[in-house]
Amino acid sequence: MTDPLTPALTANWGQRGSWTLPAYVDQGGYRALYEAVTHEPDEIIQMVKDSGLRGRGGAGFPTGMKWGFLPPLGEKPRYLVVNADESEPGTCKDIPLMLASPHTLVEGVIISSYAIRARRAFIYVRGEVLHVIRRLQQAVREAYDAGYIGHNILGSGYDLEVVVHAGAGAYICGEETALLDSLEGRRGQPRLRPPFPAVEGLYASPTVINNVESIASVPGIVLNGPEWFSSMGTEKSKGHVIYSLSGHVARPGQYEGPLGITLRELLELAGGIRAGHELKFWTPGGSSTPMLTKEHLDLPLDYEGMAGAGTMLGTRALQMFDDTTCVLRAVLRWTEFYKHESCGKCTPCREGTWWLVQVLERLERGEGSEDDLETLLDLCDNIAGRSFCALADGAVAPIMSSLKYFRDEYVAHFEHGGCPFDPAAATLFEPETATAGVGA
Amino acid sequence: MISDKTKGELREITARYPESRSALLPMLHLVQSEEGYVSPEGIEVCAELLDLTAAEVAAVATFYTMYKRRPVGDYHVGVCTNTLCAVMGGDAIFGTLKEHLGVGNDETTEDGKVTLEHVECNAACDYAPVVMVNWEFFDNMTPERARKLVDDLRAGNEVEADRGARICTWRQAERVLAGFPDGRADEGPSAGEASLAGLRLAAERGWSSGAPKPTGDAPPRGDAPNGAASNGATSNGGGGKGQ
Ligand SMILES: Cc1cc2nc3c(=O)[nH]c(=O)nc-3n(C[C@H](O)[C@H](O)[C@H](O)COP(=O)(O)O)c2cc1C
Ligand code: SF4
Ligand code: FES
Repeated sequence: MTDPLTPALTANWGQRGSWTLPAYVDQGGYRALYEAVTHEPDEIIQMVKDSGLRGRGGAGFPTGMKWGFLPPLGEKPRYLVVNADESEPGTCKDIPLMLASPHTLVEGVIISSYAIRARRAFIYVRGEVLHVIRRLQQAVREAYDAGYIGHNILGSGYDLEVVVHAGAGAYICGEETALLDSLEGRRGQPRLRPPFPAVEGLYASPTVINNVESIASVPGIVLNGPEWFSSMGTEKSKGHVIYSLSGHVARPGQYEGPLGITLRELLELAGGIRAGHELKFWTPGGSSTPMLTKEHLDLPLDYEGMAGAGTMLGTRALQMFDDTTCVLRAVLRWTEFYKHESCGKCTPCREGTWWLVQVLERLERGEGSEDDLETLLDLCDNIAGRSFCALADGAVAPIMSSLKYFRDEYVAHFEHGGCPFDPAAATLFEPETATAGVGA
Repeated sequence: MISDKTKGELREITARYPESRSALLPMLHLVQSEEGYVSPEGIEVCAELLDLTAAEVAAVATFYTMYKRRPVGDYHVGVCTNTLCAVMGGDAIFGTLKEHLGVGNDETTEDGKVTLEHVECNAACDYAPVVMVNWEFFDNMTPERARKLVDDLRAGNEVEADRGARICTWRQAERVLAGFPDGRADEGPSAGEASLAGLRLAAERGWSSGAPKPTGDAPPRGDAPNGAASNGATSNGGGGKGQ
């Protein structure tokens, strides 16, 4: 029987100096690497396949299968690229992982690179996290000095170089092909697929791109075995994952547990919604995953459970909003984000997100009408599925889902002649404080 | 002015990559570290080193929000106003700071100390509302604490991040982002309280992932470097101040 919480990646975060090599080794670190180099690379890929690990960056693609798509080793070098861009609104798991235990990621990078026979790996980390970048740089340096990275690693004859690369502020660079363009020193705009990165990725060479949490899960799988990993979770959603609870919840934070737990269970562990209020809406995996309501508290948080409710598990960024929150305000702010972050490559997304903001602003001011709600849905229809990349699908998700569950609240704005909510009531400060801030 | 030393370091960055153009983002961070923004001269120098046109470099620089067209103050104060932080109080904090500092979004105080900007989700939502100073975390902020924070920064008092190091200047931070460590990695905690919420609860209740305890000899801990190190492509980790 799996416990309700299963700290694996988070297990050492509370240790003194957890980010240093000595502390990591004292907690069992780098034992997986010793184990890995006694195996053929293909055996490691098989272990990852057997574990059932699916990508933790949002889409949930089976990791071992992705690695298996690499064409046979040829002239061109292979690359591993870690997606450490973590910028999906609500998502906040990779950053604390790299801050507390950068070596978990580094060990995962070494083993994964060995498995896919890459001799160079890049960690592409968003630029806006200075201390995380410091700790990654230091961890890589320590690993070089200990002989875990570099030439002839642990006498295996295997060589690897690892570079920590800081981005410069662009959500779209989390999209894997935009990330590759960015890593090549260009504007981060998505590429046409196929060819997929496994065939033509970085420098048109075979490339594997994985999320931080995916790669960080690999050492545990190698050390404890695929059966250990797959003993957690549900039939098609295996293993431990980090759930990030934020918003109007008593004890927000990171809760690592098996896939398939419900939000009701997690909320109980986190002390429930803040006192005196009740849950109004939540996102299962970031703002790009359609929102749910308290009707959905008992659904399993796994890939299938969320798909069944018309949404996606995404990054398990569980943002909770209580009854003081205006859903229209929340949706408008997310839409402004997508407008700002649209890379501009295709018209439906670039122009469409601009129009969405115009209509939502009018509605928020209380100047909208029923026609505007139809216009919103039409616009969404013309954006989703007609754009070049998944950013556009994410952009319409909050609007479509909020109209599904909270249409009345949109109507209330134009019947009321403005927003019926007091923003100060939603803040976490004392009322006087909040009022002093608002209107300033 | 881009000094000769900086030009040397810009060249050093290109050596980390199989194809030199990959160096452009870190190079632009280094330009900002030297110039306080992406200056026309910085663009020229990068273009020359990478065999690109100035227009090509400028097209990249303008794509990313961290690259600035005007000089930034010593302290870049970013208030998260993405939905979750905004609702929890980020909008109120941003309003307070605008009024308190007498500047608008993306503007710098007259003393050149503080540049205020609202920023997007910074992956710290469990600490909402969040303020970033030179891309270091200030968690669970209130309008009062934010006011005190910028007052301290302007007065030159030493300020420590909640999950990070003592605050350096924006230009020094940009140098780290370019891949030149400043030796502060060992400052600050492993994690904040929210990061440990699930872990604490699991310990209380005796819950675990069921992973076996490690046995046998421990691998090298790195305190006695074994000399197997390569001339790695990454930059030196520096010896932090440790605590
Ligand atoms: C707009 C957009 C932003 C994304 N941002 C991230 C991100 O910040 N981190 C991440 O790992 N994946 C992100 N992804 C998903 C990646 O494209 C890709 O699926 C993922 O990195 C693959 O790794 P995984 O299989 O290990 O999950 C994003 C996708 C889109 C469309
Ligand atoms: S959908 Fe938006 S983000 Fe994606 S390529 Fe088109 S314009 Fe760029
Ligand atoms: S919404 Fe502010 S840090 Fe995520």
